[in-house]
Amino acid sequence: MKPIRQVTSRAIPLIVNNIDTDLIIPSREMKSVSKTGLSDGLFAGWRYTEVGGRDPNPDFVLNGPTYTGAEILLTGDNMGCGSSREHAAWALAEYGIRVVIARSFNPIFRGNCIRNGILPIKADPEPLAACEGELTVDLEALLISCDGGGQWAFGLETEARDMLLEGLDPIDLTLKRAAEIAAFRETDRTARPWIYNLKAD
Amino acid sequence: MGQTAFEKIWNAHRVAELGDGTDLILVDRVLLHERTGGVALKSLADSGRQVNDPAQVFATMDHIVDTLPNRSDYTIMPTGRDFILATREASEAAGITLFDLHDPRQGIVHVISPELGIILPGATLVCPDSHTCSQGALGGLAWGIGSSEAEHVLATSTLRVNKPKTMRVTITGKLSPGVTAKDLALYIISEVGSAGAVGHLLEYAGEAVSDLEVEARLTLCNMATELGAFTAFIAPDEKVFSYLKGRDYAPKGAEWDLAVSQWKEIFSDDDAVFDRDITIAGEDVPPMVSWGVSPQQAAPIDGPVPQFEDVSSRDSREIYDRALSYMALEAGLPLSAVPIDAAFIGSCTNSRMSDLRRAAALLKGRKVAPHVKAICVPGSTAVKKRAEEEGLDKIFLEAGFEWRESGCSMCFFAGGESFGAEERVVTSTNRNFESRQGPKTRSHLASPETVAASAIFGHIADARLLAKESVQ
Ligand code: SF4
Repeated sequence: MKPIRQVTSRAIPLIVNNIDTDLIIPSREMKSVSKTGLSDGLFAGWRYTEVGGRDPNPDFVLNGPTYTGAEILLTGDNMGCGSSREHAAWALAEYGIRVVIARSFNPIFRGNCIRNGILPIKADPEPLAACEGELTVDLEALLISCDGGGQWAFGLETEARDMLLEGLDPIDLTLKRAAEIAAFRETDRTARPWIYNLKAD
Repeated sequence: MGQTAFEKIWNAHRVAELGDGTDLILVDRVLLHERTGGVALKSLADSGRQVNDPAQVFATMDHIVDTLPNRSDYTIMPTGRDFILATREASEAAGITLFDLHDPRQGIVHVISPELGIILPGATLVCPDSHTCSQGALGGLAWGIGSSEAEHVLATSTLRVNKPKTMRVTITGKLSPGVTAKDLALYIISEVGSAGAVGHLLEYAGEAVSDLEVEARLTLCNMATELGAFTAFIAPDEKVFSYLKGRDYAPKGAEWDLAVSQWKEIFSDDDAVFDRDITIAGEDVPPMVSWGVSPQQAAPIDGPVPQFEDVSSRDSREIYDRALSYMALEAGLPLSAVPIDAAFIGSCTNSRMSDLRRAAALLKGRKVAPHVKAICVPGSTAVKKRAEEEGLDKIFLEAGFEWRESGCSMCFFAGGESFGAEERVVTSTNRNFESRQGPKTRSHLASPETVAASAIFGHIADARLLAKESVQ
């Protein structure tokens, strides 16, 4: 995964409460056997004029030229509620979103963001949306600043911060303990041999 | 202080404490299916990682495969074949065991795992599927996980898990005649609410639970996810041991004896403390049927569609009104008079031998109402074969049911086969969400008995009436 240190970009204002995972990526857009190919379906219900279509809805914020290539998304309360589908985080990441700022998050969605290299920040989006120009999110300093002035501090658990800074996922972290796990299994094998004596045929 | 059975299993599997209430937990068995498993295996391989212990990983084809006769890799769901091929290729590349389309061990993942002795008492098992909680019925710790977690467990044989709280639901006394584990599950959900067990491991205990056979316990535990629970669990007992003995992947010989001696220690101590403890009287549980679009919106089958005042502690006016309008029902209408278009027996909730036998006993010598489309989908190829040996297929067919190949089938709509818009289905499945069984389909959750009786009458019907009535 791509590490995150500093992200500088326009912030896309989509300050709506209760954006559920089905709005982020409708189930009809999850047709493939892969984590990729989802970015076209991101916010499909709002982004296109017709269900299943690809004609851009000119009124939707993502479609204007102002936010082309923007990496920061501003949203409201309870971001990512609904089904626990991880496709929501995959679609955002593939589209190029690196930071999601919300008034509050659904915990499963938030965890999925961290796992997939997206920085979730709990903050009031309104003052950030008022920033004219670009925002800079500095993960090392835990600080958001507006290039026109204004700074806001934010918090994040140490492990999540380290993972995002180093571009690691939880599998990398756990694999650092591979020897410990192998030793645990060896001891367990004598106590519960039937758990291990399986033949895959 | 004593320990809960859950704590005993958890502690025996804890490799490390990671802080913030999160532990690194050893996972003994991983199950995959073609809808989410292929993606996990493929993505793992793409990231250059390997499956740590392929012998502990099993995959099946159940969610997307068709259940019509003479099925193949080509499915009614337009892109279904991609999932099947991807899972087959990825399973082979990873060296895991796959129960493929024409394998006699194929079936719905939560049906075949107990059937093959993959889930065992005291074992940890995960599957990227929310109804993995079913398997706690055998005294193992089995829970549903997300996609990234599936990759994590494949790569490391462990998971980082936030330790859940514990909640005991004790069902005292006996269930009344004609009341099944499915009715009990629906009753508990309607009492506790669909978010009533969020963040909790739910242990079912009490006389009415011990009295249940293993297959009925699977039905009860199956719907724990409909309470928001982390998972469900029932302490293993002699019924479980004799159920498992001799099954394909169950321990054999001296290992069996060693295993059973350990399994007998898996119970919650008398002085164990649960974070929450609730008691339900078995005698209070009636046959149930759902009337709305959430499993908590269920009521006694011989009563009316509830008034708003009856459910206002749980549903807002808006949610209640929306449920009734989606279901095209009115408050006060007797539930057992509601006409149906279809009847479905199947799914990981109710598609095992005992379910089919009980439904067949009601269908024998009777006919499905002419306007009702009735379908029976055995939960596994082994169940199907056994049922055919007992002649159940003929009973279903003669009554007017379709007799299918095993799989999830129309339990859920993934873009393939479905019931029609606004069709009303009485179904032995576990979710009645809007459009769960097809776009705009109206689902009423019930026991297989209720489904069979309703199919015969052509409206929602109380199977107890049928059981009393003699066959003409
Ligand atoms: S039968 Fe239904 S609930 Fe069970 S695993 Fe299949 S789709 Fe899920």
